[in-house]
Amino acid sequence: MNKYDAIVIGAGHNGLTNAAYLAKAGLKVAVLERNPHIGGATVSRELYEGWYYSNCSYVSSLLRPEITRDLELPRHGLQVVPFGGGATFMQNGDHFGNYSDYARKYREISRHSKRDANAYERYKADTSRQTRLIRPFLLKTPPDPTSLKLRDLKDLVEFAKPFINMDEEGLLDTIKFWTTSVGDYLNEYFETDVIKAQHAGSGIIGTALGVYSPGTAYVLLHHYMGDVDGNVGAWGFARGGMGAIANALSKSLQSFGGEIICDANVDRIIVKGGRTKGVSLKNGDEYFADIVVSNLDPKRTLLDITDERDLPKDVVQKAKNFKIRGSSGKLNIALDGLPMFDGLDPKNPLMAGDLHFSDSLERMERAYDDWKAGTWSKDPYLDMMIPSLTDPTMAPPGKHMMSVFVQYAPPKVEGREWTDEDKDGFEKSVIDQISKYSPNFRDLILHCETRTPREIEAEVGLTEGNIFQGELTFDQLLFNRPFPGYAQYRMPIKGMYMCSSGTHPGGGVMAAPGANAAREILCDLKRPNTVPGSYADD
Amino acid sequence: MSAAERKTMLLTTPFHSRVEQNCELNDWGAWQGYTTPNSYFDVELEYFAIRSTAGVLDLSPMNKYRISGPDAEAFLNRLVTRDVSKIGVNRVGYAVWCNDAGELMDDGTIFHLAENDYRLCSYMRADEWLEWNALGFDVTINNESDDIAALAIQGPVSCTILTLIGCEGLNELKPFGIARFDFEGVEMMVSRTGFTGDLGYEVWIDPSKAEALWDQLFGKGRDYLIKPIGSHALHMARIEAGFLQAKVDFVPAEIAVRPGRTRTPLEIGLDWQVDFNKPLFNGRAALLKQKEEGLRYRFVLLDVEGNKPAEHSFILKNGKQIGIVTSAAWCPTVKSNLAFAQVEMPHGAVGDEFVAEIYYQRELQWTRLMAPCKVIDGPLFNPSRKRQTPAPAH
Repeated sequence: MNKYDAIVIGAGHNGLTNAAYLAKAGLKVAVLERNPHIGGATVSRELYEGWYYSNCSYVSSLLRPEITRDLELPRHGLQVVPFGGGATFMQNGDHFGNYSDYARKYREISRHSKRDANAYERYKADTSRQTRLIRPFLLKTPPDPTSLKLRDLKDLVEFAKPFINMDEEGLLDTIKFWTTSVGDYLNEYFETDVIKAQHAGSGIIGTALGVYSPGTAYVLLHHYMGDVDGNVGAWGFARGGMGAIANALSKSLQSFGGEIICDANVDRIIVKGGRTKGVSLKNGDEYFADIVVSNLDPKRTLLDITDERDLPKDVVQKAKNFKIRGSSGKLNIALDGLPMFDGLDPKNPLMAGDLHFSDSLERMERAYDDWKAGTWSKDPYLDMMIPSLTDPTMAPPGKHMMSVFVQYAPPKVEGREWTDEDKDGFEKSVIDQISKYSPNFRDLILHCETRTPREIEAEVGLTEGNIFQGELTFDQLLFNRPFPGYAQYRMPIKGMYMCSSGTHPGGGVMAAPGANAAREILCDLKRPNTVPGSYADD
Repeated sequence: MSAAERKTMLLTTPFHSRVEQNCELNDWGAWQGYTTPNSYFDVELEYFAIRSTAGVLDLSPMNKYRISGPDAEAFLNRLVTRDVSKIGVNRVGYAVWCNDAGELMDDGTIFHLAENDYRLCSYMRADEWLEWNALGFDVTINNESDDIAALAIQGPVSCTILTLIGCEGLNELKPFGIARFDFEGVEMMVSRTGFTGDLGYEVWIDPSKAEALWDQLFGKGRDYLIKPIGSHALHMARIEAGFLQAKVDFVPAEIAVRPGRTRTPLEIGLDWQVDFNKPLFNGRAALLKQKEEGLRYRFVLLDVEGNKPAEHSFILKNGKQIGIVTSAAWCPTVKSNLAFAQVEMPHGAVGDEFVAEIYYQRELQWTRLMAPCKVIDGPLFNPSRKRQTPAPAH
């Protein structure tokens, strides 16, 4: 009765994607979800009547269009609507408008610095070059550089080709880009604080690093490499909130005969004779399958639900040392009306984009200093959105839903667990900051859901509340993700796989890890592949 | 400049003062002698207003002919290929018309306003053709193109917004229905019609009330995220919805110069529009003959692999060219790559597989892509809200 061909642990977007492709190949698949609802961090919930919160992830860009189309997600109810640009509000009352129309953006940068407006063209070309290097590898299994298998060698050659084709300067730029800090990188292009700050945000979001920490330039790329309808770098909202993505994936999965079982909290992966045999739940129930796929992060997968004795010691050590540090929190706010910001017409399309209040790299670095000292930032970096300006289903007419991503918030406060007083303090630092720029904001608040790393870990199961399931630094990317030797989704126990954002190509609502893992599983089972290839990327 | 000279310049529509205020990109185009925006603020976001909130298009330049008199229905039945008697009072019907050779001249919509009273909206100007066809019929034909202001309001919240400006009970109006409301003392006609394949309406009013109508719509619609849209966004929506456009997907017979460039309705996927039960209409004999002898071409919708639109592509079967693409686009809502194509018979049955020879340019270099494609039996974009009555609130 509880016997399946494959069991996927965790109904987040990668678990659902993985299960959908296995079910599409004809496997009998069950997804086990700990919570009473699906979605993991891809969820919308009505916590205040009439308002829908995208509680965790809040924007979509990385979701692979190949998967959206192949799994017919639009037919299953998914609609991704892009938003235009954004703004950084400045302490002097001015702002920088990040217009999506290029001519407007040029004029806006010129208003701050004519030289920077010109440099932006060079910046755009340079980052686009880096984006083109990585995009073709998102829907591919990373080659193992130590392997002599024909497939790995072939993939390595393909991976190396664009690097070999580069001239010396391009290669040096690339090496630099992959290792430098976002602050140093931006300093090579721009002279104006606010323009640097506007662009630096993408280098630190979800990362326990500061704008001057090496490796953060790559994180910038992670936020640029997505697209909405071929507009590389564009971001959008899922209509109805991010839960619409999980819902569409679940319908697609069910259309192939897959099952989703909620309130099923996995306690252990059952291993017999070096092979996975299924899972046991905390309530004692057992489900059996020769294939067990974990969509939990690498730490939870290998240290919590796998018996250490079933694993090679080096893997246990690598899992223990995997960098997955809590760095951010979130406020979801129900508003009685639209907040006003000095200098910006409420009708300006920028209002529907991403809004920020950190107008210099200096302030962003100081925010990181607080995190290093073990506390939340007193002057945090905010990535604030008002999705109800794009999607009328998120809040009643004339009312608004605001999503505020907050950086930094440490996993532990000065070495101890978060308390409710800490949470109130964290919330206050955010609301105080927004209120400085929006005089009517505070009075509009009807309800506020505040999530520190404590809440994110407890509800979603992300270790330390790390939104990417592990730092996106080069030591944990590509064939290093989650760790060298285990980047091809297979775990050391036969029949056990990982499909989470802790594997290549990493965090964000991309669905690529889930699809890539499915391709490897089907390959091992000698079944025809059901996972689509990448679109030609140019 | 003299008054006579000035008259030859591009005209502005009754909504122009408002349109101009909102046209942030200053991106203007010409439509039937009027200046109208290609885009207002962002083509992509305007398109998404149609699909996610409500998009408003200034429809005023559309050709509009009032056809009235005791023989109005008989005249229209002679003109178009479908049975006009099936369009009840306060209903709208899509229609196409041909010349005597059965060649497609244009498509449009027939509004049955009252007994013996119709409005024909057409893509091409049709003054002369209508006049010729009126011979022997007791009808009056009046070109009222410049006398009526019209807006299309399309998208999931369109019904909600129109209800707020006084269209009480509009949600009960069925697709292709007509309803009338009072707007500041004049009649405002609302039809549940459009060119986007979505829930949507077209509003028709006296030009004197145009600006007031715009202000009401955008005032009441603001909380529902209403946005003005230009012709580029409409173009994206109409391809996604699978709608043909004259001069793009077929050459109107009247202006075709080269032999063999025209198509009959049967060859362009409009056979459902041709009612051979009618004893006489323009082109009947020729179309009947073609039906018996066989078609030269078939119109198909293609689902094209990859993400490069198959614009202007050749369609190949086993390496041989058997067709051409007339419209193509990446469809942002259904996330598919759709192409309209005309293929030589007997190709083009649903499920037939071809190759689209796509050329695209990046940084001056052209790349040729041979993309597999497949004939599908209808557009992938087909939301239930388009058909639902009562219309949903969002």
